[in-house]
Amino acid sequence: MAGPARLTREDVAHVADLARLHLSEGELDLFTGQLASVLDHAADVASLDLAGVEPTAHAMAVTNVLRLDEPAPCLDRGEVLGQAPSVEDHRFRVPRILGEAP
Amino acid sequence: MSAPRPALETATMVRAGEESAVDVLEHHLAVIDAGEESIHAFNLVLADSARERARAVDARVAAGEDPGPLAGVPVALKDNLCTRGVPTTCSSRILDGWRPPYDATVVTRLAEAGAVVIGKTNMDEFAMGSSTETSAFGATRNPHDTSRVPGGSSGGSAAAVAAGFAPLALGSDTGGSIRQPAALCGVVGMKPTYGTVSRYGLVAFASSLDQIGPFAHTVADAALLFDVIGGHDPLDSTSLHRPTPRVLSVLDDGVDGMTVGVLTEFLDGAAPDVAARVHQAAESLAAAGARIEEVSVPEVTLGLSAYYLIAPGEASSNLARYDGVRYGLRVDAPDTVAMNTATRSEGFGAEVKRRIMLGTYVLSAGYMDAYYNQALKVRTRIIEGFAAAYTRCDVLLGPTAPTTAFAIGAKVDDPLTMYLSDVCTIPSNLAGHPAISVPFGPGDDGLPVGVQLLGPALSEGTLFQVAAVVEAAAPDQPAPRLAAGAAS
Repeated sequence: MAGPARLTREDVAHVADLARLHLSEGELDLFTGQLASVLDHAADVASLDLAGVEPTAHAMAVTNVLRLDEPAPCLDRGEVLGQAPSVEDHRFRVPRILGEAP
Repeated sequence: MSAPRPALETATMVRAGEESAVDVLEHHLAVIDAGEESIHAFNLVLADSARERARAVDARVAAGEDPGPLAGVPVALKDNLCTRGVPTTCSSRILDGWRPPYDATVVTRLAEAGAVVIGKTNMDEFAMGSSTETSAFGATRNPHDTSRVPGGSSGGSAAAVAAGFAPLALGSDTGGSIRQPAALCGVVGMKPTYGTVSRYGLVAFASSLDQIGPFAHTVADAALLFDVIGGHDPLDSTSLHRPTPRVLSVLDDGVDGMTVGVLTEFLDGAAPDVAARVHQAAESLAAAGARIEEVSVPEVTLGLSAYYLIAPGEASSNLARYDGVRYGLRVDAPDTVAMNTATRSEGFGAEVKRRIMLGTYVLSAGYMDAYYNQALKVRTRIIEGFAAAYTRCDVLLGPTAPTTAFAIGAKVDDPLTMYLSDVCTIPSNLAGHPAISVPFGPGDDGLPVGVQLLGPALSEGTLFQVAAVVEAAAPDQPAPRLAAGAAS
């Protein structure tokens, strides 16, 4: 199986955008080379024929865990909101979204 | 200098009223005072709250109560373990100043056992690194040679124990972040079976790989700490419902009749002096009655590549929560997406950005099958490879790290070279298996070498049993010069 195409500067700019990271031109150059070398190293994995092998997402079997729906103490609202950069009326406050007028 | 007094002995004396928890604490605070400036093991020393806690332990002893198995023992916590009302930074600017609204389960269990939390230790940012150099607050230095790294990512915890700042510490191990710094700093470090120690309150890096585990000077002290922190926790949905092995009680059981496999793939990449120590450890196990075999698990050679696809994938998802909305840093901008981007760009360091981007890339449409899904299949292969080895062997033996501690700055600009220092530790994380690093004398450069014992899931009892035999046979390692004369 042929490995995927080599990582480009445009790919890095695209994933940085998806990950909400702004990179300078210098960082783009640096990270493109560094990430490409990591992915080149991963070619040993990417090029293996593993058809028919089951993937393992979790080494120990994981099952859904439910508890009884009984009220219990939870985190203190004031303590939680006290950690937020901006709060209004007991809610997290953020700048405008979707470009609407403030 | 004399060896630092074991935590087991300290707890016994405090419980018996023969020494006060306050005196134990003041001794360690004095050692920190004398050595911390040259080591930088801590992000925060909690002298005031520790004094309060030590006094409470002493009051319980005076009242005829038993404060617990860690009575009056100072413990250092890696700074990705949540402590209510106490800054928890993950050595990242993005969490600078954050005070969690709850304690991690391990922190609660330490308190219930009578331990005294003495500080929060430095680490690679979000546990991403193998040298503690990616910390936003500056590198930690190896107490055995301050021009060298302590390893990472739990380098602060390893250095704190090695320097005598605390007899015990907790770290987290996603790809070797307890065992590798333990080896480089000449202390014992152990990664438990996935699910035996609650991850509640451990800031997530790669959730299917992360485990909390102990650092100590001795195998017995690591066993003591593991017994305190292990066990089911309803607050962690991946916490195992099976009984956690108790390890302190089996330490003297020996290795007679056991089969120990020397893992050839791990020796292939090791420096000659490190490989020689592994062979010497194998000889000492043979002398104690174990049968030694050479064992090959070829699948482990794929571990590094698989790990650097899986762990960044999980990290890219876990670290999406740092968006400037609910906690930590916010960099203001006119709209929310710009605020998220400005916050993350300023708050994360280069290594964290690299891993987030790598993870985002390998999970993105068109590449997920070639990279991430392929790595998950390799994970299956590694588990099968280990399973075959464990039909013949009780435990496997190899180096913990390929070399002794490297120089500060030597690898930090070349991520792939840095990643290679985890080549012997990563397979256990991918398999969910326990492993322990035990100091085994100096290498040719005089710096500590760690040998690693690996076992199948829930084999902690056997691992500690074998580790105790290895420890008893280990050549002497000169104590760090910094701590010389400081220990009582």
